[in-house]
Amino acid sequence: MDYFLNEQQVMVRDLARRIAREKIAPVAAQYDESEEFAWPIMKVLAESDLFGIYIPEQYGGLGGGILDMCVVTEELSRACGAIALGYASSALGALPILLTGSEEQKKKYLPEIAGGRKLAAFCLTEAGAGSDATAIQTTARKEGDKYILNGTKQWITNAGEAEIYTVIAMTDRKKGVRGASAFIVEKGTKGMEFGKKEKKMGIRASATREVIFTDCEVPAANLLSREGMGFIAALKTLDTSRPGVAAQAVGMAQGAFDHALEYARTRVQFGQPVTGFQAVQHMIADMGTQIEAARALTYAVARMVDSGAKSISRESAMSKLFASDMAMKVTTDAVQLMGGYGYMRDYPVEKFMRDAKITQIYEGTNQIQRNVIAANLIKESLQKD
Amino acid sequence: MNIIVCIKQVPNTTDVKIDPATNTLVRDGVESVINPFDAYAIEEAVRLKEKVGGKVTAVTMGPPQAEKALRDAIALGCDEGVLVSDRKFAGSDTWATSYTLSAAIEKIGDYGVIVCGKQASDGDTAQVGPGISAHLDIPQVTYVRKIREINEKTAVVERMTEEGFDVVETPLPCLFTVVKEINTPRMPSIKGMMRAKSAKISKWTAADIDADPAALGLDGSPTRVVKIFTPEPRKGGEMISGSAGDVAKELAELLKGEVV
Repeated sequence: MDYFLNEQQVMVRDLARRIAREKIAPVAAQYDESEEFAWPIMKVLAESDLFGIYIPEQYGGLGGGILDMCVVTEELSRACGAIALGYASSALGALPILLTGSEEQKKKYLPEIAGGRKLAAFCLTEAGAGSDATAIQTTARKEGDKYILNGTKQWITNAGEAEIYTVIAMTDRKKGVRGASAFIVEKGTKGMEFGKKEKKMGIRASATREVIFTDCEVPAANLLSREGMGFIAALKTLDTSRPGVAAQAVGMAQGAFDHALEYARTRVQFGQPVTGFQAVQHMIADMGTQIEAARALTYAVARMVDSGAKSISRESAMSKLFASDMAMKVTTDAVQLMGGYGYMRDYPVEKFMRDAKITQIYEGTNQIQRNVIAANLIKESLQKD
Repeated sequence: MNIIVCIKQVPNTTDVKIDPATNTLVRDGVESVINPFDAYAIEEAVRLKEKVGGKVTAVTMGPPQAEKALRDAIALGCDEGVLVSDRKFAGSDTWATSYTLSAAIEKIGDYGVIVCGKQASDGDTAQVGPGISAHLDIPQVTYVRKIREINEKTAVVERMTEEGFDVVETPLPCLFTVVKEINTPRMPSIKGMMRAKSAKISKWTAADIDADPAALGLDGSPTRVVKIFTPEPRKGGEMISGSAGDVAKELAELLKGEVV
């Protein structure tokens, strides 16, 4: 389907596709097995300028938008959703700075991220604060021209590998949601440590660690926006980034589907390729249609974000919900289409299925997305009365 | 130091068809790309520039559409492109081609190093690089697998041989042809691709490079391609089957009857 991408978007899509095919696909299984972070690939993405496509030109980027970022994430995910996540998570970590940072903060941090010289990471989740992000326990206490951070962030993507962390912490617990603030913390700051690397079901090449703050002194200049704006920054960030998760899901579904379809064309049973059987044909039709529907929604929402629309929570949640549920179904069907071979680690399809699962869970579980969507729909309906 | 890299646009396939009537390549419907060996030359030239400064000029002789190869080279880090294109160049062999390129290089002037791929994937002669150095009367080192040291006056390089490598010190300016062991070419960058799109490509004709008309194209080519043909594929060997004893016996008989 033609999505009428602009010239730059076509350029980045083609380049990301080439990098995925030539550089990522040959090593995806190896990184899945070793669970190492794919630094050589990050270097290729950096040299190709892909880390900066969504960052304005005055901060060293290429001035594209979330759609550009989605197109790259999708193409990289067609080869490996875990390696693509190293890329996409840096964007997630950069967004709070881009959306709520001061001119000085943007000038200081965004060019490094845009050039891929430094990765970023976003630290919100804690052991007791998952879907209920308001339950975070990490605190930031102001002392002179510093904030003292204490607490432990959990399951932080890119943790340990990234240099720039955007962290949500409570500056005033009494105020509840209005008592949270967002900070930029640089790796190497005294009092900041990383936990062991988590062992996961999928996206194993992605680094997931705890980030532990023990009397960690952060300059007051690193406060994003002002005290009390932490949750607003987090929500804005996630509303903006969710189409990226959707794009990752679309890419993984497409990657699994491409393999399964190619296999089905050549797999002969009962004297003919299995694509000759209507049961298989209908699976192919459904998978292809679902992928395209999810892509269309994802791109439409990304365009809406790029248009500067104020209220994007509902649409953003819809894209993430629909694309991730689709990816779980399509990757599962891709394994089914390939039968026993699909289940074997000799083929890349089972990995896509393992990797796809996380997209239903992170950046807000799909149950939370449904809450957001329903709440918005009901509110709008009430306003019409 | 200014660096010149010579590239060639070739069909993007290893099994190109040959027109039996004209003995030339059938280019219709085949995508044209930078000769794969030249990608290593471009990368090495760009790395040299990043190390010692200066600029990299990519040069190609070819039809007007070869401009795309130059833009691709700029996307990979080259600064400028020169397309040497004229109907008078048609039918050039490696002698005439290297003469034409050397005339263009003299016009560019002020260079320290010329880098070429070791050969083109379509013609496979490996003669144009050395030919350019002969026409320019500068030293050449072929099959370079590493540039160890380089300054304004000299370079120390490793030349790959079948057994290992030679270490060669050469004065500059010098021409190197490089092998794929020398580096891993980078991916193009988006900024490079944008620069390539708007970059001005110099287009020079035979008159522009002040070339001797008698030394150009088919007339200037001392060699003629008489015939290009696909060698007959090797026929499969003879299979001997049966029990191990019988097979050994039959094989021994066969060998007796042959050379032994």
